[in-house]
Amino acid sequence: MKKPAAMTRQLLRSLFAKPATSRYPYEPSKLPRGTRGRLKFDPAKCIGCRLCVRDCPAGGIEVTKTGDRQFEVVIDLGKCIYCGQCAENCNKEAIMLSDDFELAELQNSKLVLRYDVKPERKPAPES
Amino acid sequence: MSDHSITVPIGPQHPALKEPAGFMLQVSGEKITGVSIRLGYNHRGIEKACEDRSYIQDIYLIERICGICSHSHSTAFIQAVEEIAGLQVPPRAQYIRTLVAELERLHSHLLWLGVAGHEIGFDTLLMYTWRDRESVLDLLADLTGNRVNYGINTIGGVRRDIDPAKIENILKIVDAVEERTKYYINLATEETTLIQRLSGVGALSKEDALRLGAVGPTARASGVARDVRRDDPYISYGELDFKVCTSDQCDVYGRTVVRLLELMESFSIIRQVCAKMPDGPVSVKAPRKVPAGEALSRYEAPRGEDVHYVRANGTDRPERVKVRAPTLANLQSVAKMLEDRYLADTPIIIAAIDPCFSCTDRMIVTDERSGSTRGMCWDELRRHGIEWYRARGIDTTRIKLALP
Repeated sequence: MKKPAAMTRQLLRSLFAKPATSRYPYEPSKLPRGTRGRLKFDPAKCIGCRLCVRDCPAGGIEVTKTGDRQFEVVIDLGKCIYCGQCAENCNKEAIMLSDDFELAELQNSKLVLRYDVKPERKPAPES
Repeated sequence: MSDHSITVPIGPQHPALKEPAGFMLQVSGEKITGVSIRLGYNHRGIEKACEDRSYIQDIYLIERICGICSHSHSTAFIQAVEEIAGLQVPPRAQYIRTLVAELERLHSHLLWLGVAGHEIGFDTLLMYTWRDRESVLDLLADLTGNRVNYGINTIGGVRRDIDPAKIENILKIVDAVEERTKYYINLATEETTLIQRLSGVGALSKEDALRLGAVGPTARASGVARDVRRDDPYISYGELDFKVCTSDQCDVYGRTVVRLLELMESFSIIRQVCAKMPDGPVSVKAPRKVPAGEALSRYEAPRGEDVHYVRANGTDRPERVKVRAPTLANLQSVAKMLEDRYLADTPIIIAAIDPCFSCTDRMIVTDERSGSTRGMCWDELRRHGIEWYRARGIDTTRIKLALP
């Protein structure tokens, strides 16, 4: 049956309903647990196996040797696409993804994380 | 009055288009007499870039062909790779893929309904449908870890398992969204302004739909019962019960009704998937190097049939990846739909196929004099783009060139 103004009831109800939006950033907003957000790196666990570098689709991770059993890990969050493949590849849980989604920065350089890594054991051979 | 015809360009940048595409319309008075479509403004060279990356990296790249149907593209690609590698994907992984695929259809169709409402000046509908779509996006974030570009697929299965609490949450939200969809179906069949605005607009007869190779809801709204999920079942659609929604309206109103009815089918499919979800592992170990071979994979994306072709050469990188997105198949129909219509109907007619130009744009060099065609390699393509702009006086000196 055709009738005009079929939405009237809905519109009247909406007049008295609470807004569907939240007042972010004045009210905190949370994404579901397990959402892939800011990368967290733990230099103490890293062994420099470069498995993360191999599969990163964005080329956002660099591992360079700086000395005997020493290397520098550079993670560029500006390049990161938050797919989580590096965390999946990591056997030592050195790279993890947190659910922090507030990633905006005014300077690109603040998105580049640098870590000096000195593993206790000998680094695992590249596979 | 053909002497008075003028050419009206719609695009490449136009408020009525959500993405860049060029439509040159020959207009006589208010009537459109001729259409020529120009693509390529969103070309990113993804097919070529795939050849430089490993299969694992390609999944995430392919997923970013389109934000709305990201799961469609990655599943279509992965199906082809798994076929070449001869992997048996565990049934639980197939069911999770189906679940994400149908949730994606939900959010895509709700998005389309809002955009269609917006194009005809019915912005209230846009606000309502996008609010409802938000709950589906939250559900996807809960399931896969992201609202779009889910990254749930991996070669040989899926990356995340699903637990009973999540299934319960899905069923709860699906019930709520179903209530809303029923309301929109009532609205679409009752509200006279909506029916009169959309009826007869963008007519595409069944013969034309078949001749021009229309796919997805565009074809089904013209009475062509064409659906890859039923015609060539993939993932776990073979074990599920659903019907293919068609309409004989052959216009934008028909496309609206078909999409709304498809939403109802998706709710039913999601409930079946949740009830039948088998136990077992969610992935099998996949080799890094895929043996030489080729495969073609078809997938019913929310917008229509998505076709991926992959050729492997025994290394860890594909030799060729070819994507035929549904919008490319539907664009010929758009030219037909626009003919003899009023200029003011253009936005809704274009929007009615749910176009995605970033999926569609292709690049091939054709020499008109010799008639030869050739492909370009990644660096050549980049150099060509930069020089093309330089020749037109656009300063690219600040762009760092990493040419060999």
